[in-house]
Amino acid sequence: MVAAMTAARPFAIEAAGLVKTFGTTRAVDGLALAVPRGGVFGLLGPNGAGKTTTIRIFTTLTRPDAGVARVLGHDVAADPHAVRSRISLTGQFATVDASLTGLENLILQARLLGLGRRAARRRAAELLTAFGLTDAGGRAVKTYSGGMRRRLDIATSIVVTPALLFLDEPTTGLDPGSRNEVWATVRWLVREGTTVLLTTQYLEEADQLSDRIAVIDHGKVIAEGTPSELKASAGAGVLRIRLASAADRDRAQQVLSGALGVAIRPEPDPAALTARIGTGPDGWDASQTVTHGMAELARQGIGITTFALGQPSLDEVFLALTGHGTASGVPAR
Amino acid sequence: MTAATALDTLTIPGQGRLPQPRVLRNSLTMGWRSLIKARHEPELVADAIAIPVLFTLLFTYLFGGALSGSTHQYLGFVLPGTLVMTVLLITVSAGLSVNNDHTNGAHDRFRSMPIWQPAVIVGGLLGDTVRYLLAIALVLGLGLLMGYRPAGGAGGTLLAVALILVFGFSVSWIWTTLGLVLRSAQAVSILSFAIQVPLTFASNVFVNPATMPGWLRAFVHVNPVSHLVDAERALLNGTVTAGQVGWVLLASAGLVAIFAPLTMLRYRNGR
Repeated sequence: MVAAMTAARPFAIEAAGLVKTFGTTRAVDGLALAVPRGGVFGLLGPNGAGKTTTIRIFTTLTRPDAGVARVLGHDVAADPHAVRSRISLTGQFATVDASLTGLENLILQARLLGLGRRAARRRAAELLTAFGLTDAGGRAVKTYSGGMRRRLDIATSIVVTPALLFLDEPTTGLDPGSRNEVWATVRWLVREGTTVLLTTQYLEEADQLSDRIAVIDHGKVIAEGTPSELKASAGAGVLRIRLASAADRDRAQQVLSGALGVAIRPEPDPAALTARIGTGPDGWDASQTVTHGMAELARQGIGITTFALGQPSLDEVFLALTGHGTASGVPAR
Repeated sequence: MTAATALDTLTIPGQGRLPQPRVLRNSLTMGWRSLIKARHEPELVADAIAIPVLFTLLFTYLFGGALSGSTHQYLGFVLPGTLVMTVLLITVSAGLSVNNDHTNGAHDRFRSMPIWQPAVIVGGLLGDTVRYLLAIALVLGLGLLMGYRPAGGAGGTLLAVALILVFGFSVSWIWTTLGLVLRSAQAVSILSFAIQVPLTFASNVFVNPATMPGWLRAFVHVNPVSHLVDAERALLNGTVTAGQVGWVLLASAGLVAIFAPLTMLRYRNGR
């Protein structure tokens, strides 16, 4: 079965039984993954789930204690050089030299990858233009904004176009405008034929960019599929309600659970409730279910200040998949 | 979204010829990196300017009268020692820059690239030799102004410079090992300094070991720095023997043989 799939559709990454322990912590704990060639594959998980360690194994930076990983057909432990020749890594931490200028960083990368002096200069100038950094090219990177720095980071990764690009939390700490620019860059790279593996703590990001998503928790893949498959597992949406009076909450919880046929969760805010909406009792879609619930509350004379139907958050996907939330808590976006 | 639209102008070089590691080329590129870093942060070169000037003036005028009767006489004795001490002290920064690259993630980027991996360290050390040359030029230049005349002539002086560069490069591998073993830059500084002080002071840099107690003399005699100072004095005075130079080269090879593999082992293990 696996052999037949490999022949039909070669994988960018195949991993099985990966284990990496640090002291008593099993950062990666029997992880198995198959990443198809082409498109974006998202590794989604909270802080400390093992995403970065997994990427470090795939990029030959960390040797697994057990298990095998093949990247573009090459074993990461047996033939790290073959892997390194065809991948690129943009890490979570500053990987460009802060004291060097943008231009110098690009030339350095190009020279190390075997371009001649003039070809390196040409390529560096071309990348600065394409990433809107021409004016900043002569300035030290430490004067760059977070978004500019991340653009340079990605530009550095594609000095020689990699067959597989690893982006470790590419938008963590970026403002929404810079985040959109990074997303546009990722989409463009994929159109040009690069496979991208990205890690993220944000469901929205994984949803926006990925063709497939693997959810990681405690060093294991706990779910894998397309974004819509994954969201379906967490219900069609999430209803968030804030009541006019906190005193009504217990009553509202009863009314809603009767009307919607799902469990209603109290929030830390004493006047707020959350409900995961699946398909309603009579095959209704989410909005019909919600309308019905609102009408029931109104009939019982329970006042509402705000309500919203939204996508399930990562925490809610986790709750649905594991029965517990993200242990470490997910930073608010 | 300017970036996104501009991207379409970018060419996508194919993956035709895969990059191959090149020992010399990768090392020189990494050496270039350390030089432009120094150009952007001139404070990194400050020690290579301050230490030689201070030491040359201080040691000569501070100890000269007391130890040799005249500063001029002492200059002839102490200048080769000053040269050695100056270069050895500024080699410590190799450990600091390696530590910095390791903790800030630069090594991760290089380790994921298809390059000759030791170039990352070797290149940095090659870049450092430019700082050593600057320090050497200052010590010798000041010495000449103060009346020092090497009897060994230009040839002896050039050989003396070359030998000290070789030893400086070799001894740096101790600091790169420390830079990768220790977590913080402070720890690297403190430990390097703790090793530097006995190596340089418990030597024949300042005084003739004949006046020292037996146990100290024993250490001074096995201290590679003493042998380097002997060889430097002999080269500058034109009285060098092959044995003196051979001893220094042997000690240099030994340092590299022990500490280069240790450095690379720690480098490969990553953070």
